[in-house]
Amino acid sequence: MEKQTKLTRRHFIALSVLGAGGMCLLSRCSNPPLSPWRFITVQESDLLDALVEQIIPTDEWPGGRDAGVTNFIDMQLTGPYTRYQETYRKGLQAIQETCKTKFQKRFEELSFDQQTQFLKSMEAGKMEGKLWEKGFDRQFFRLIRDHSLQGFYGSPRHGGNKNNISYKMMRLDYPVIVGQNRYNN
Amino acid sequence: MGNKHVNAIVVGAGAGGGIVAKELSVAGLSVVLFERGGWATYDDTDTDELKSQRTTPLGNAYGPDDLRYRRVIENTDGSTYTVLPSEGSYNNNAACVGSGTVSYGAMAWRFMQEDFKLKTTYGAIEGSTLADWPFTYEDLEPCYEKAEWEIGVAGDATQNPFGAPRKKPYPMPPFSHNKEAQLLYDAAKRLGYHPFPIPMLRNSIPYGGRPACIRMRTCCGYACPVNAKCGTQNTVIPVAIATGNCELRINSVVSEILVNEQGKITGVTYFDEKNRKQIQTADIVVVSCSATETARLLLNSKSKFFPNGIGNENDWVGRNLQGHAYTGAYGIFEDEVYDDLGPGASVAISDFNHHNPGIMGGGVLCNEFIRMPYSFTGIRPPGSASWGKEHKAFQRLNFKRVAQAVGPYQEIPNFEARVKVDPVVKDFWGIPVVRLSGSRHEKDIEGCKLMSEKAELWLKEAGAIQTWQSLGGGKGISGGQHQAGTCRMGNDPKTSVTDKFGRIHAVPNLFVADGSLNVNNGGFNPALTIMALGFRVGGYIASEWSKGNRFK
Repeated sequence: MEKQTKLTRRHFIALSVLGAGGMCLLSRCSNPPLSPWRFITVQESDLLDALVEQIIPTDEWPGGRDAGVTNFIDMQLTGPYTRYQETYRKGLQAIQETCKTKFQKRFEELSFDQQTQFLKSMEAGKMEGKLWEKGFDRQFFRLIRDHSLQGFYGSPRHGGNKNNISYKMMRLDYPVIVGQNRYNN
Repeated sequence: MGNKHVNAIVVGAGAGGGIVAKELSVAGLSVVLFERGGWATYDDTDTDELKSQRTTPLGNAYGPDDLRYRRVIENTDGSTYTVLPSEGSYNNNAACVGSGTVSYGAMAWRFMQEDFKLKTTYGAIEGSTLADWPFTYEDLEPCYEKAEWEIGVAGDATQNPFGAPRKKPYPMPPFSHNKEAQLLYDAAKRLGYHPFPIPMLRNSIPYGGRPACIRMRTCCGYACPVNAKCGTQNTVIPVAIATGNCELRINSVVSEILVNEQGKITGVTYFDEKNRKQIQTADIVVVSCSATETARLLLNSKSKFFPNGIGNENDWVGRNLQGHAYTGAYGIFEDEVYDDLGPGASVAISDFNHHNPGIMGGGVLCNEFIRMPYSFTGIRPPGSASWGKEHKAFQRLNFKRVAQAVGPYQEIPNFEARVKVDPVVKDFWGIPVVRLSGSRHEKDIEGCKLMSEKAELWLKEAGAIQTWQSLGGGKGISGGQHQAGTCRMGNDPKTSVTDKFGRIHAVPNLFVADGSLNVNNGGFNPALTIMALGFRVGGYIASEWSKGNRFK
């Protein structure tokens, strides 16, 4: 349900940009498909949604996708993590190409368990082929894992942890009301 | 327009420099206090865990920034790589008025008597530059007292039988223990240890015109929203400015110490807030930039008199870099031990500082500062998943059930752990950057193992149902926020950089006042010792000046 709402929102933004007369309002609009994101493409965002959902899966509490972790990563890739842009572009492409060769599917089309197995191979450094040379599988996995955890468990001001969801899950009261809730020793 | 000549320049407005600036300006000297950063406030990043001074994936809350600063790390095989300030291997200290004292955990330790005479206590250690300090604990005691009363410390020294002798109590009563600390306190008593409240540079009652602590969970790594944490930025630096004798010049990066044709120090060059290169002259220069940056400034100040950098005739500047090997253990408890009473760390045992058979030194063990949600994602028993369903469930189930007992193990000083300047990489201003190389002494790990075992037993006694060690002390560069040792004091110019008052041996009017002076780094957080050294160096200069000595 959540996912559908989100896609609708994205398409809405994409359409409204088109409606603005095809002006180059976004840096990527010269390259189709048009993306409402800052750095990532629409296709990359679908893949990232699946990846962050693997790192923090939905259970009785929302997972990485619904907590806005993809948004966190996209936001940081044009901020403090600008230096990782190339790694993301290369890594996300490598995942899709490997999936296409092995399963004739996109990563997000695999079953949840297949996706988990795929990431476990990356984590263990067991990916084969030129795309994953020199430990790129491990390196890119660690990047996705760390950034996902940051997006889910860090401050909502950076675009993730929507509605303080991880704080609620861990039963930490937020926001802290300075001077009102901790004078009692 | 040129800058007006002053009596003294102090470079770095941190724990050491802020105090020196105050001592000198109160004594009537005109002072320019340089700080590469600006004023920091809580509102800059408030409780943001991803941009704090403790966890820094998105940058350091209080500097330095990733855009303008770089360092180089040298591997043991000689290969190098460049790092950003937000990366752990940078070994960062904050860049703002007050520096680390804005956002530190604020533990207020005095070193012990043995820490000032390690070589006498333990004998020579192979591969180590172990030495006694050029003075005793008793010589520094009045300066510790000044630091405790002028900056402000809460504690109860009577509960720690191993603490060094003292003349006055702390100015403020100790903090109450939170739930996990109380469990550990009771357990320590049962084990025959001697638990006591950690002395803290934090107001337990209103003090110095500032309010009492409100027990935030974000404290270590964060600025205080009510200004209850005591640093140099809210104590001595305002006093210095109020004298009318001290100008604090922020966002100004000192690049070189100037030497004249007679080999005398005449001032510094610096880049002002608009990045213009400027000169400031003075009768005296005091360098207080922390162990890494102080060494860098001395090494970058090359002239025909000092071709290898100032004070470096015998190749000792930048040597003996030490921090602390943090070592301890985690425990999971059946019941929740988290009661949200910050900052977390409140109980300590000093039973393992010294007198451990076969081990040099040792360290204090404390319960740890509150781990915020992202930091907690890395805290798992060995073999646990680092992502996925199980990882998320652990986060939810155990966040309030895990406690850590941990402490700073006193590292064995060694000559090859060092700060150099890189021949190629420069920062935004074109100043050659710090290059870190070398490693901890190989025997550090043995002491760490002992401490981690003790920490684990302590947690078990407190009721932990599952425990595991977080072992520190492995090979690698050590420095971090506790960085020390790179311009050690000594009586012999051949084996030290400064004399016992922090004056560079070969230069009459150049001083160092920060952790660089430490001959060794104690089994304690070093902030209060750095402050005491600030009072010692500043007090010495002020008293000599009043007698007419112009350090020529």
